[in-house]
Amino acid sequence: MSLLSIRGVGKHFGGLHVLEDVSIEVPGGAIFALIGPNGAGKTTVFNLVTGLLKPSTGSIAFEGRDLAGIPPHQITRLGIARTFQNIRIFPDMTLLENVMVGRHHLLDYGGLALLFATPAFREAERRSRERALELLSWVKLDHKAEATADNLSYGEQRKLEFARALATEPKLLLLDEPVAGMNPSEKAVLMEEIRNIRDRGYGVFLIEHDMRFVMNLCDRVAVLNFGRIIAEGPPDEIRTHPDVIEAYLGRGDEAEVS
Amino acid sequence: MLEQQLINALTLGSVYALFALGFTLVFGVLEVINLSHGAVFMVGAYAAMTAVTRFHAPLGVGILAALLVSGLLGLTIDALILRRLRARKAPHLIPMIATLGVTTMVTSAAQGLFGVEVQRFPEAMLPTGEFVFGEVHLRTLELGIVAVAFLLMALLFGVMRYTRQGRALRAIAESPKAAALLGINVEGLFMLTSFSAAALGGVAGVLIGLDFNAVTPMMGAPILHKGIAVVILGGMGDIRGALFGGLFLGFAEVLSKAYLSSQMGDAVAFGLLFLILLVRPVGLFGRVLERKA
Amino acid sequence: MAAFADFWATYSTLVYSVGIHALLALSLWLTLSCGLLSLANAAFMGIGAYTAALLTLQLHWPFPAALLGGAVVPAVVALIIGAPTLRLSGVYLAMATLAFGEVTRILILNLQITGGPEGLNGIPLLTTGWHIVIILAVAGYGLARIRRSRLGRAFEAIREDEVAARLMGIDIEGHKLAAFTLGAVLAGVAGALNAHFTFFISPREYGFENAVDILTMTILGGTTSLIGPVLGASILTLLPELLRFLHAYRLAVNGLILVVVVLFLPTGLWDARRFRQLLKNRRARKGGQP
Repeated sequence: MSLLSIRGVGKHFGGLHVLEDVSIEVPGGAIFALIGPNGAGKTTVFNLVTGLLKPSTGSIAFEGRDLAGIPPHQITRLGIARTFQNIRIFPDMTLLENVMVGRHHLLDYGGLALLFATPAFREAERRSRERALELLSWVKLDHKAEATADNLSYGEQRKLEFARALATEPKLLLLDEPVAGMNPSEKAVLMEEIRNIRDRGYGVFLIEHDMRFVMNLCDRVAVLNFGRIIAEGPPDEIRTHPDVIEAYLGRGDEAEVS
Repeated sequence: MLEQQLINALTLGSVYALFALGFTLVFGVLEVINLSHGAVFMVGAYAAMTAVTRFHAPLGVGILAALLVSGLLGLTIDALILRRLRARKAPHLIPMIATLGVTTMVTSAAQGLFGVEVQRFPEAMLPTGEFVFGEVHLRTLELGIVAVAFLLMALLFGVMRYTRQGRALRAIAESPKAAALLGINVEGLFMLTSFSAAALGGVAGVLIGLDFNAVTPMMGAPILHKGIAVVILGGMGDIRGALFGGLFLGFAEVLSKAYLSSQMGDAVAFGLLFLILLVRPVGLFGRVLERKA
Repeated sequence: MAAFADFWATYSTLVYSVGIHALLALSLWLTLSCGLLSLANAAFMGIGAYTAALLTLQLHWPFPAALLGGAVVPAVVALIIGAPTLRLSGVYLAMATLAFGEVTRILILNLQITGGPEGLNGIPLLTTGWHIVIILAVAGYGLARIRRSRLGRAFEAIREDEVAARLMGIDIEGHKLAAFTLGAVLAGVAGALNAHFTFFISPREYGFENAVDILTMTILGGTTSLIGPVLGASILTLLPELLRFLHAYRLAVNGLILVVVVLFLPTGLWDARRFRQLLKNRRARKGGQP
C-alpha cells in the first residue's frame, strides 16, 4: 500500500482546469519527485494534499485513510509536513522557536499544566527543546539557534523550514522546490540531508525544477504538464521519455533532459 | 407618511452615499482604510459654518469652503502620514491605526476651538420655501442637498469613466506597480485622491449639518461608523457599491426609525453590516483586499 | 508616613486607574499577539462593568461573585460573536469589532435595565487597591506563562504567518477564539473593578473613543512584551493629569502620540530587541575608541 495515494484528482477554479485526472502513488521510505514546466499545477497538488484546497474530482488517501473534509491542521497531525516555494518561516521568532512551533501537536499538556508550570509541562518543554536543537543540528544551524530568523540567508531559511517541517514528526515530507535559489554546494548538502531523511524511514515527495538534482536524488519521478500526468517511472526512463522532452523543450533540439 | 419618509430617506441616503464614496475611493486607490474620514467630514461642516457665520458668506461659498478646507486636510494627512507609511510598505492595519490617531487629534482640536455645544446655521442663510404636493412637503433645502450630493457623485463617476485621470486611477486601483510602469504619476494621483475624497467628505459634512441643522465636534464618529457599514455592504473599493449602499442605508434607517423605533434605526446599520460580513464579506459589488502588486 | 497618607488621599484614584488601564491594555495585547486587532475590548469592558454592577446593586451578590459574573458574561458574548467574525481577516475583523462595539453601546444606551443614558448610580465602592494588584499580578503571571508555552508560540505563529501555522498542526480558528475570549474576560474584569470604584457608570465610557484610548496605550508601550502595555497604560493615565493646562486639547495629545508612535517608533517604547541592539552599538563604539 502506498503512503500517499492520489487517484483521479482534478481541480478547477470556475472554467479554469488546473489539474485533470491526476493519479500518483507515493511510496514510503523513498524519494518521489513531481516535475513539470512552470504553471503545470505542481504546487496545486501539494495544496490539495495538505488540505488547503479541496479536489473538484477524485480522492486523496494517506496511509489508506481518505483525506476528504479533514482540515489542514489535522492532516499535519496525521503525518504530512510541508515546506513552501516562497519560504514561510516565522521571521520574528528565533530559529529554535520556529522549530518548536513544529512540535505544537506533540506537546499535549493542557491549560492548567502550562499555568502552574507543572513537572509534566517542564519535562515536555525540555524534550521539545532538545528535539528542536537536534533537528537544527541535522541542518547545521544549531549554532544559530537563538538568532532571529529574519537574519538568515536565503539558503539558511530553506534549511530552517526543512528542520521545522521535520519537527512535526511527519511520515511524509512534502518539499516545494527545496533547492531553489541555492548555490551548488548548498544543493549538494541538502541532497545529502534528504537522502539521510529517506534512510531514516521518512517518505519524501518533492517538487523541483533542477533536473540534475532530481535525476541524481530521486527513486521515482512523475511529470505533470498542463495539469495532466504525462509520464511516471524511475529517473532513467523519464530522462529519455519523448513526451517529457517535448513538454520541456518543444519539438527537436535536445535529445535528452539531463 | 410614507412619501414624506421617502423624501427624508433620499436626502439622508444621498449624503451617506457621498460620504461613503470618498471613503471607498481612498480604499480602492490607496488601499487604506482611512478612519479620519469622519474627522474631515466634521471639519467641512465647521468650515462652512465659520464662513457663513463669521464671514457672512452665502451658503454656496460655505460649501466651497468646506470642499477646500477638508480637501486640504485630507491632502495634509496623506503627505505627512500616509505617504510615509506607503514608502515603508506597512501592513494594512498600520495606516488604519494612524488615522485613528488623527481623528482624535482633529476632534479634540475642534472641541477646543468651537466648544462642544451644538451650533446651527443662521435661519437667514438657509434656503426657504418648499414644494407642496398634496400632503407631502419637499423643502428647497432638501432638494438642494440631494442635488449637490448627486452632482458631486455624478462628477466623480464622470471623471472615473471618461477622463485620463480617471482611467489612471482605475489602473492604479488594479496595480500601482503596473500603472507606474505605464508612466502614470502614481504618487501625484494618490495625493489627488486623498484631496478629492476628503473634499467630498467635507461637503457631506455640510450637507448633513444642514439636513439636521446641527454641527458638533462629535458628529464625525457616528457617520464614520455608518460609512464603514455602507462600504462593507456595497463592497470596499467599489464606487457603485458606495452609492447603492449609502442610499440603501438611508432608506433602511429612516424607515426603521419611522415604523419600528428610533433605537432600531441606529442599530440597523450595524445589523446589516454584521450580516453582510458573515455572509459575503466582500460586499455586494466588492473585491477582495489582496491586490496583485 | 503622614506624607504617604496625604499622597494616597490625593492620588489613589489615579493609581487605581493605572492598574485598571494596565489590565485593559493587556487584554488588547493578548488579541494583538495573535494578530487580531479587536476594537471590541471597550465594549467587553462595558459588558463586564454593567454585569457586575447589576449583580451587586440589584441582586446584592458578594463582590467576588460579581467579579466572576463580570468575567463570565463577556466571555460568553465573545464566544458567540467570535466564532463567525474571527473568520474575517485583518481590517475586516477590526471593522466588525468596531461595529460590535457600537451595537453594544447602543444596546446599553437603550435598555431599561442598564439605566439608559443616565447609566447606573450608587454602585458600592468595593474595589480596593489589593483587588487591582492581585488581579493584575495574576493576569500578568498567566500571560507570561502562556507566552512560554506552546499556546504562546502558536499565537505568535498565527500572527506571523497563518498558512504556515496551520500547516504546523495549529488549529487557527480555535486559538483565535481563545485569545479573543480571554481578552474579553480581562477587559470584563477590568470593567467590573472600575465600576466598583467610580461608583457610577454610563454608556459613554465604553464607546469608540475608549477603544482607541486602549489601543493607544498598548501601541505606545509596545507589543513585544508584557511590560509594554503596562508602561503605556501608566503613561497615558498620568499624562492627562500633567497636561491639565491644555484643557480640551489634552485629548489631542493622545491622538498625536498614536500617530507619532506608528510613524517613528512602531514597536513601541519597550522593545527588548531594540535595547539589545542599542547596547551592542554602544559597546561597539566604545570598543573602537583609543
